[in-house]
Order: sequence, then structure tokens, then C-alpha cells
Amino acid sequence: MHSPALWDWEPGKRVILASTDLPEGVVWTEEPHVSPDGQTIATLARLEDETFTAIVNGTPWENSFEKAWLPRFSPDGRFTAVVQQDDEWTLAVDDTLWEERFDYMWGTQFSQDGSVIATCFQAGGKYGMCVNAAPWENLFENLNQSQLSADGTSTAAVVQLLSLKPADLDAFQAGVFGVAVNGQAWDSKFLNAWTPTFGAGHNVAAQVRTSLYDYSIAVNGKLWPELYSCVWEPCFNPATGKIAAPVRIGGKWGMAQDGQIIWEPVFYQCWQQAFSQNGQILAAIVAPDFGEFTVAVNGKVWSDRFPVVTDLMVGADGACVAALSSENNRNWRVMVDGRVWEGTWDMAWKPVISPRGNHVAVKVERGGRQTILINGRPFDKDFDRVFDPVFSPDGTKLLIKAMNMGAYFRVVTPVA
Amino acid sequence: MGIHDRLIEDVGLRRGVSRLTPEKIEKTVNAVLKNETGARLKVYSETCMRCGMCATACHYAQSHPDDPSYTPAGKVRQTLDVLLDKGGKVEPDFIYGMAQLAYTECNLCRRCVHYCPIGIDTGYIMTVIRRICHKLGVTPQYIQDTAHSHSATFNQMWVKDDEWADTLQWQEEEAREEFPNMRIPLDKEGADIYYSVIAPEPKFRTQLIYQAAAIMHAAGVDWTMPAEPGWDNSDMCMFTGDFEMMGRLKRRHFESAQKLKVKRIVMGECGHAFRSIYDVGNRWDGWMWHPIPVVHSIEFFWELMRDGKIKLAKKYPGPVTVHDPCNVVRGRGLHEKLRELVRFLIDGDIVEMASHGEHNICCTAGGGVINCGPPFKNVRVAGSKSKAEELKATGVKTIVAPCHNCHGGLEDTVHAYHLGMEIKFLGDIIYECMEKPEA
Amino acid sequence: MNTIYEFVTGPLAWLTWTAFFAGCAWRLASMYKLAKSKDTSSIAFMSWKYSLRSIAHWVTPFATLGWRKNPALTVATFLFHVLIFAVPIFLTAHVMLWDQFFGISFPAIPDPIGDYLTIVVIALCVFFAVRRLQDPNVRYITKKADWIALAIVFAPFMTGFLAFRQILDYDTMIILHILAGEIMLVAIPWTRLSHMVFAVFTRSYMGSEFGGVRHARDW
Repeated sequence: MHSPALWDWEPGKRVILASTDLPEGVVWTEEPHVSPDGQTIATLARLEDETFTAIVNGTPWENSFEKAWLPRFSPDGRFTAVVQQDDEWTLAVDDTLWEERFDYMWGTQFSQDGSVIATCFQAGGKYGMCVNAAPWENLFENLNQSQLSADGTSTAAVVQLLSLKPADLDAFQAGVFGVAVNGQAWDSKFLNAWTPTFGAGHNVAAQVRTSLYDYSIAVNGKLWPELYSCVWEPCFNPATGKIAAPVRIGGKWGMAQDGQIIWEPVFYQCWQQAFSQNGQILAAIVAPDFGEFTVAVNGKVWSDRFPVVTDLMVGADGACVAALSSENNRNWRVMVDGRVWEGTWDMAWKPVISPRGNHVAVKVERGGRQTILINGRPFDKDFDRVFDPVFSPDGTKLLIKAMNMGAYFRVVTPVA
Repeated sequence: MGIHDRLIEDVGLRRGVSRLTPEKIEKTVNAVLKNETGARLKVYSETCMRCGMCATACHYAQSHPDDPSYTPAGKVRQTLDVLLDKGGKVEPDFIYGMAQLAYTECNLCRRCVHYCPIGIDTGYIMTVIRRICHKLGVTPQYIQDTAHSHSATFNQMWVKDDEWADTLQWQEEEAREEFPNMRIPLDKEGADIYYSVIAPEPKFRTQLIYQAAAIMHAAGVDWTMPAEPGWDNSDMCMFTGDFEMMGRLKRRHFESAQKLKVKRIVMGECGHAFRSIYDVGNRWDGWMWHPIPVVHSIEFFWELMRDGKIKLAKKYPGPVTVHDPCNVVRGRGLHEKLRELVRFLIDGDIVEMASHGEHNICCTAGGGVINCGPPFKNVRVAGSKSKAEELKATGVKTIVAPCHNCHGGLEDTVHAYHLGMEIKFLGDIIYECMEKPEA
Repeated sequence: MNTIYEFVTGPLAWLTWTAFFAGCAWRLASMYKLAKSKDTSSIAFMSWKYSLRSIAHWVTPFATLGWRKNPALTVATFLFHVLIFAVPIFLTAHVMLWDQFFGISFPAIPDPIGDYLTIVVIALCVFFAVRRLQDPNVRYITKKADWIALAIVFAPFMTGFLAFRQILDYDTMIILHILAGEIMLVAIPWTRLSHMVFAVFTRSYMGSEFGGVRHARDW
């Protein structure tokens, strides 16, 4: 059930698996993973016969494997793992194997609704992506930083277009890397390309380096007019299709949009920018001074500064911007719309913003116990382990998926 | 006397110099000096009293006692002094020598710091020279290729994404023969320890990953390794002068650990990588400290020993001598913990070299020098004569050296000067001597 | 002659002190501004504790590796620096000037001792000069600026010595002496002698990085 509206949103606690004791024949299990709707808990397991399998809601898969790794739930609740049988790799999805076999596979990704699964693969020393079991036709010397578009219709990755002899400086600096979209490489080659990202209409933007010293953004293979001494990852404005990327000028960082400066380069750092869905808000993590990080929203800088700021999230309609701060991995705090929530935590996870932006939930940990902060207040119980919370589509309820004493359960709680 | 009397042919340097014009040099030199340096360099160059006290600090100078062009101040005289005096108006041939000197005759070990009353940091000055050389495109071939690899793969040995994960799984499988329940946990969110290595480990020295995994397993540590790039903490871009790329590498490394919500980063026995994430690359990214605490293996193993998590089945036969890697000793003060750990591990004495602790002599491989490759091997080995003499004087057969580059350098030194010594990582000794569960 | 003497001890002296203090202040201020804009990630680490720790070691003879490995230079350096401050300040003739111009009085070094100490300074200058010429390591790195700095310090002591002993024409020599002293003061902010104002900062920075970040000794 990929539509969250159809999930069980009845308030209360529902035990999914009373005990995570090992089933017969299982020697040990890895870390548990839970489906987005919280109805399924799964883990990879080592069997007595020295093979691996998956255990889903307490029941082992029928298939077992020489190796299994990269366990992931798709948004529609299917459990996947990259598995090896007879020295060949494939993807297992809910105990069913893709027919395609490769020399290696990694990097499982899903479309927003979960209907499309993409992975990277290597076969015979050539590299490509495989989408719903269909491999790219063109393969490459190397491939990394793969991306699947949210609608699942396109894939992109940085690819190496020519082979390189050892220590061949000229060849490398002439440009052997590019971006391939659905297996078709851009015409242009660069020294480097990084972080290809999708916008509307399957436009792809990426960071590129055109010489050892010149960085810019390439969109569908075409460069921005300006070169910079450095850039970071571009992102698309979902409403306008414009592209924003942090750029470095004169030793300081600012923000450019479609090649034009929109935030003056005054920052010691500026990265992880994100737009709201309506395109009204552009927020980024910035450092106005050396060693002092905070968040800038549409160029306006929040007042509280911390040694580290991470996990910036922008609400869909732009009503809410949230991020985490820490003192070098200690004393984590949650910041929402320029205000710092009370309390510090040993660890905090990416904030989750409700669809209308009026609520924020954050998984936190202190003294080895985990809980969820809802609008700054801890949920009234803590847990051995808790997973990322999910808001109901109407934003009135929160799904908490948690474990205590070996039991896995889901709790739906109304949000005031 | 000087670098121009001992030029060595290198593809990268020659290629770079062949594309230079005096105009380009002048423009580039002055742009770096004006835009990227400030009071620090200005004061250093103005107040160095040319007292010559630093002359005997440097192992290159010690190994060439009659040649002042190897002294720290002598190196500055041949490089920065000339650029400043001539306002950057120098010939391409001058740049060749300047680059060769800065990349292959200074290990950035900072031993000269202990000799300068004014507190001049010659390592920093040489770093500025390297930055200028990078900007001019005049860098030795092999280290530049490594920098290219960093930019394309985020590791220094062109290790591809599949090769990394595959290698870890292969090592895990191998190790299960010895430890049936062994795991190398990939991408384990919330682990206490994020273990990071340098690319030569998956490429050539997989036994080091095996040993680390065995030690983690035996000590019952909650640890993980990332499945995706970010796992390589090394940084030759820091040494070529490509600071933009250095910042990119460090960002990737720290973000990879942040994403996994780990408590600390523990890194393998490497020196320069520690420097790059501890107080160099992180600063370029704007972090005053490291956003996630970074712990070198020396300290990590020391903790395991202190907490009784490693138990020894036997002790390693001594006596041994201890080589202090500059980047974690002068760079992090770990020499005492290193010795406490070595005393715990060995049966016998530590016979100290004449220069040890913070006053250690560099292995002559550091600072990217060994990464400049075969053309410069002889220079490097000749520069380690004084190290060889100190090693020989200990009379022992074993050197404990907790750093990859130091190993590479010391191996060449031991071989060239017929020292007949074996060189051990801490991990080698711990793995060999520890009690092995399930074994 | 009297007029010249009046001039160099009067208006020129005041001008000299002004130039000295203004020069030092300007250089410190402009260097601080430069550091603020270009060396941000360095000055962020400055620490009083580790600065003072480092300075304390380096102002103590033989307390550092560098001092221990260069014993002759160490003795010469410490002696030289103590004397080039102590002699000009505490010499009887100068103590009178302090009183006359600034209205401050304090005990003076007896003349014969002052004379002897001046000879020591001159000898040390000769030692430094010979070392510059003789030691290949030092000769290799020596530049014109190093000779200028040495000459500037040497001159007031040499002329002072000659004047005191009345070896050449006293009236000329005393004027030359005063001029040499004034040149030295004016030159301090603008020559190698600027280490007088800057060394404390380079030392402190090194101490701060080693103490606060690298947790290692910088001596």
C-alpha cells in the first residue's frame, strides 16, 4: 500500500511482532528495518548452513543466499536486498529474485511511490544501472553517484566515458567523465562530474569541473556561463525549474541561481540547500563566520550559531524550515524556523515535517534510550529503538514505529 | 648549490612547466599570495632572522650536512624568497625546481618548529609554494594522478564503488573461516564507531582490513564501515595544493559518517589522513574542529587495552623501537599512549631512537613525498640517512610504525641502508598476539 | 655643532619616538586587519594559556630543542637581547635623558660597567657577522636585509662606545650616536627588527596550535 492515506491511522498501539527471538536455524540477524507504513519488520539473517536469508515479520524467506546485503524497504513496503547466488548477484524483492544477474550490484533506489526500483551494476568490468530488472543498454568504464527520478521514469549517473592508462594526466585533464541519463551520455565531457540531480521534465543538473581550477553547473550537458573556484550540489526549484547551487567566489560562498548570484558570497560555507515544493523558500546551511554554522532562509540568516549544523529540511509549502545542530556530535539540538527547541540530545535524526508544515517530529536519543520529539516535546514513552516517524497525510496523526524488550509495535498518536 | 643542480626528470613537472609563460607565472603567483595568504606568511617572511638555527632540524639537511640548500630556511630562500623578491617575475625553469623542492624535499613534518625561536612554520610556507605549483599546473605525475583519483572516485587508488563493498565482503568471508560469526557491518546506522581506511588497504593491503575486523570482533566493538564513497580518509589533494578538492573529500567523509549517526570516527594506522581530517581539511570546510570526533588507531587500541577489551594470548617478542609518525605525534601528541600500548603488547624493552616523541625524525615518506613516485625514490632514501643511522643505533630488529606512509618510507630505508629490521603495524601485533574468540 | 645637537636631541628625538610608536602601532593594526580577513582559521585558535606556555619556554635559555642544539648561539642571543634593552635604558647618561624628557627616574648602571657591556654588545654583533660569513648554513640564507638589521643595531652601540671613550671627535660622535639610535627606533617597525613587535604573535600562534589542537610541545 503505497498511498499513506490507506495506512492504518487508528490511534493506539498495535504490536506487529511480539518477539524478535531467532527462528529455528538462524544463527544471528543484522539490524532490523521497518516498512514505511510500519506493518513489516525485516532483517537479514545468517543461517546454520552458513547461508543468508531475510526474516520478514518473524518468517524467513524461502530463498537463501551465499551473501546478502543492502537491506532496504521500498516506499510501497517491499523488502529488498542485494543477494549472491552461484557467485552472481541480483536483487531479491519480497523473496523473488530478478532474473538479471551481474558480477556485482549496489545502490538500490526507489521511485517516490515505490513502483520503480533501480540499482547500479557491474558486469564483465562494465558499469550501468538496472531499472526494474532492465539494464541500461550502454555500459561504461565506471559509474557512480546514481540517481532515480522521483517519478521513476529516468535514471542518471556520473560515468567514465573513456578508459584511462595509469597516471595519464593529459587524458584525465582532457575530460573523461560525464553524466549518463537513461544510459545515454551527455555530449560534453568534463574532468569531473558530481551529484547529478533531476528536475521537472527530466532535466538533469550536475556539478562539473572543466579544468583543475574551474567549477560550474552543467544542465543537460550545457554549462552555466560563469565558472567558479568551487561549487556544491545544484538543486531544482520545483515550481520554476530554476537551479540553485552554492558557488565560491573570492574565497567565500554564496548562492547562484541559473548562473546569477542571488546570495552574495559572504559565507565561510554554504551547502545542503533545499527548496520548498512551492518554490517560495530556499534554505541552506551556512557559516557566517569560521566555525559558526546556522541556517539561511531566502538569504536571511538565523541568529543562533553552532559548531555544526546538519539535516536541513524544508516543509512542502514552505511554512517550515528545520535543521539539527551539534557541538561536534555532542549536545544535539533541533532548530525550527529560527528557534532552538529546549533540551539537548546524544543524537538526533533528520526532522520530519508534517504535510502542512505545522508540526515537526524528530527522532532523538539520550542515555541509550530513543524517543520522538513532537513540536519540541518528547513523546510520553521512550524505547529501546525507534524508527523514523511518519505524519498522516492530513497531518493530524503521527505514526511511531518502535521496539521495546524485543517486541516491535506501531503507535498512532494524535498531534495537537 | 641548490635545487637547480639536482633536477630530476618527471613527466608531470615537465608537462606543467612546458605550458607556462612568465606572464602566467607572475599572475598566478601574485594571485595566490594576495588572495590566499595574509598576515601569517607576511610576518614569517619578514621576521625570519636567518639565524640558521633550523638547519640541523631537518632530516634532509642532516643527511646532506654540507649542503645548506636542504635546510628549512634554505628551502624558503630558494622558493618564497625569490617569488617575493622578484614579485613573481620568474622563469618557467625556476618553477620546475621550486616544485621539485616543495613536493619532494620537504615532508611538511614540522620538526623545524622545535628549532625556531620566532615560531615560523616552514611547513606552512612549503604548503603555500605547493598551492602555487598546483595553480600553475606543475605537480609531480604520480601524486597528481592520485589527486585525480580522489576527485573521480573519492579515494586515492581509483577503487570503484563495487570493488570497495566487494572487498569488504570478501574479507568478511575470509575472516569467517577463523571467526565463524564475524561481520564487517556495512552502513550500520547508530554504531559507536565508524571505521575509515585509506584506499591502499582495499587495493593492496586487505590483510589490514581483515586484522581490523578481527580486532573489532574480538573486542566486541559496535562498529560499521560505509558502503559508499567517503570511506577513504586519505587526501593527496591536501598535499598537491588542490584545497578545493581537499574540502570536497573531507565533506564527503564527514557527511558519510554523519549520515550513519555514528558516535566517533576511528581511522586506521595512517598519519596524513589524520592530519587532513583533524586540523586541515575540516578547516577549509569551515568547521573549527571535526564535526564528528576522530580517533586515531593508536588511541583507539590504547582504549581497548585500558578497558581490557583486548586480551593477549602471548606477547610479541621484543625489544623493539617505536617510530613516531609526525602527523599523530607532533600533530596530535599520541606518543605516550603509543608507548603505553607497545609496552602492553611486547615482551621486552622499547629502545628509543635518539630523536623520539615530538622530536622524532620523519620517515621521509610523509607530506606526499612518497606519493610522488619512483622518479624521486632515491632523493627520499638519501634524505633518510639520518633516520637510518638512528634506527641502526637502537640495535633492535623490530620497528613499530603505526602509519602507512611511514611503513612505505621505512621499508625503503631499511632496505637501502641494510638495516635488516622488520616493520610492524600495531594491528599486525595485536592480531598476532590477541586471544581469538571462537578460534 | 650645538644647534645640531639641540636638534637631534630635541625635535628630532620627539619625531623619532612618534615615528617609532606610530610605526609599530600602524604595522600591528594593519597586520591585525590583514589577519582578520585572510587568516581567520588561524587566529580562531589563539589561546592565552598556550601562548604564554610557549613564550615561557622560548624565553628560557636551553629550555627548547633548538636552543639546546645551538648552545653558542643561544648564549649569544639571550645576552644580546638582554643587553640591547638594558644598556640603552639603564646607562647613566640615558637615565638622565629619561628624566629630562619624560620625567621618570630610576637607578643607572655605573659607567665603567656600561662601557664594558657595550663592548659585549659590539662583540656579539661581530659574532653574528662572523657567523653569517662563516657558517655555510647561515651564509646561504643571508640577505641584504639581515646585514641592514645588524648594522642598524650595531651603529648606536659602536658610536656610543667611541663617544664615551672620546676616541674620535666627541661632539661629532655623540651626534652620530644619537642619530644612530634614532634610526634604529624608526627602523624597528620597517625592517627585520620588526620581529620585536611581531615575534610574540608568531610564537603565540605556534604555541596555541601545538597546545590547543595538536596537544604536543612546540619546544
